[in-house]
Amino acid sequence: MDLRTLIQLGIIGLTFVMLINASALLVYAERKVMGFMQQRYGPYLVGPHGLLQPLADIVKLLFKEELRPKGADKWLFTLAPILSVTAAFAAFATVPWGAETTLFGLLDQPVRLGVADVNVGLLVVFAVTSMGVYGIVLAGWASNSKYSLFGGLRASAQMISYELSYATSLAAVIMLAGSLSLREIVDAQAGTWLGLLPQWYVFLQPVGFIIYVIAGVAETNRAPFDFPEAEQELVAGYNTEYSSVRFALFPQAEYINMATMAAVATDLYLGGWHGVPWLTELGLGWLVFLAKVGVILFGYIWMRWTVPRYRYDQLMQFGWKWLFPASVVNLIVTAALMLYLNA
Amino acid sequence: MPETFVFYAFSAVAIGASTLVIGQRNPMYSVLLLIVSFGALSGLYIQLDAPFVAVAQIIIYAGAIMVLFLFVVMLLNAPREDAAEWDRAHPFRQPGLGRFGALLATLLVVQLAWALMKMNALDAPVASRADAARVGSVVEMGRVLFSRHTFAFEATSVLILVAMVGAVVLARREGGER
Repeated sequence: MDLRTLIQLGIIGLTFVMLINASALLVYAERKVMGFMQQRYGPYLVGPHGLLQPLADIVKLLFKEELRPKGADKWLFTLAPILSVTAAFAAFATVPWGAETTLFGLLDQPVRLGVADVNVGLLVVFAVTSMGVYGIVLAGWASNSKYSLFGGLRASAQMISYELSYATSLAAVIMLAGSLSLREIVDAQAGTWLGLLPQWYVFLQPVGFIIYVIAGVAETNRAPFDFPEAEQELVAGYNTEYSSVRFALFPQAEYINMATMAAVATDLYLGGWHGVPWLTELGLGWLVFLAKVGVILFGYIWMRWTVPRYRYDQLMQFGWKWLFPASVVNLIVTAALMLYLNA
Repeated sequence: MPETFVFYAFSAVAIGASTLVIGQRNPMYSVLLLIVSFGALSGLYIQLDAPFVAVAQIIIYAGAIMVLFLFVVMLLNAPREDAAEWDRAHPFRQPGLGRFGALLATLLVVQLAWALMKMNALDAPVASRADAARVGSVVEMGRVLFSRHTFAFEATSVLILVAMVGAVVLARREGGER
């Protein structure tokens, strides 16, 4: 095995570890940000500023008893959380998070920062993310409890509805870049207009970006669209009957999905690792990438603790009557403008 | 050699899962096994150098349509199909429809046999052809789909609708128990 292969494997391992850490950090960030927004401290006892709180939570969950309701479907009850978290990890496989690098001259051939580079990469992310819904739906069904079942039903209906607007907003970006590869889409956004404004697609696709973010919140089941686990109505929704590690896998999948959603938004609309030329020249473009992802994730958390939950019929109405038509109009206008300007 | 192994592995999963779909009493398991079968098929597409078809298979069939199926099965909450109860009552058990089904099945077998016989007359596999990159590309596929094969494209969507209605009928509970 040569050095290059080893480094490639190292990058894959690093991506995996980063995703695991992302879920732990997001738990911490969420509680801390929520604390500040509600004028209290949040976790502050375990470790400096409560930084080790996620670790303590995991240890606590590991020692909890695993329960399974009597009427639950044995196989699917176990399979559901595994499916959820597997899909969450797998979705990140084709998301690039940095430019090509020779690791400061260590290699003669540059390696690409990211797990895999596929020419239909964007569609792979979309396909694997859409597999994630099965985890939630099966958890709801297999628990044999009415709250869980309603959570699962809501999850499937909500995700089908918002997947449409989500995919349609992506299609406009695909048209602009003329490619389905995430790396090529990012590299199409290098450079600036008039030496001032970076050539990010968010400036060409402001409506598409907003639709993507809203649909992304619904796809990851985050507040204000967290109907599958709406606690006033459904106790805890699809994960009501889960405990211990099996339960822990659901929030983990949710946080990793958030990270993936933010990373894809960065790649598609915010120019990925481009934007700070001197950092990119140093080979540290991935720092820019991480910063942008961090900003989007902060926005996610901010939204959760600011906006109250919708009503379910309002969610459906908004998705089908406003968001989907808006994304179709956005797609048609983009296509028409591209034809007009190229002709 | 590993390619041959992967091919047989995917094929075995696809055939095995498809067979089990029919054998399940619980419609929930049928739906899930069908998804497994679709996943294996998409693996075969990747081996055929058609990554777009493979991903589309996952997004459209395994992702969108099967979620809808799952939703319907869950909504109707049919715990199991008990054949004995609706032997006489269910419309699908009536002789006329049964004959129609048998006719369709025979047609399918004839069509399959014909396709298998014709297979030797095909050109070289796509991967070894000179225009392989063009044939597999998304652009070319879109062009062909919306010009030469528009009718087949639209007809397929109607077929999917029919299948969906079928799922509703099959998973419906009989009688007044609700």
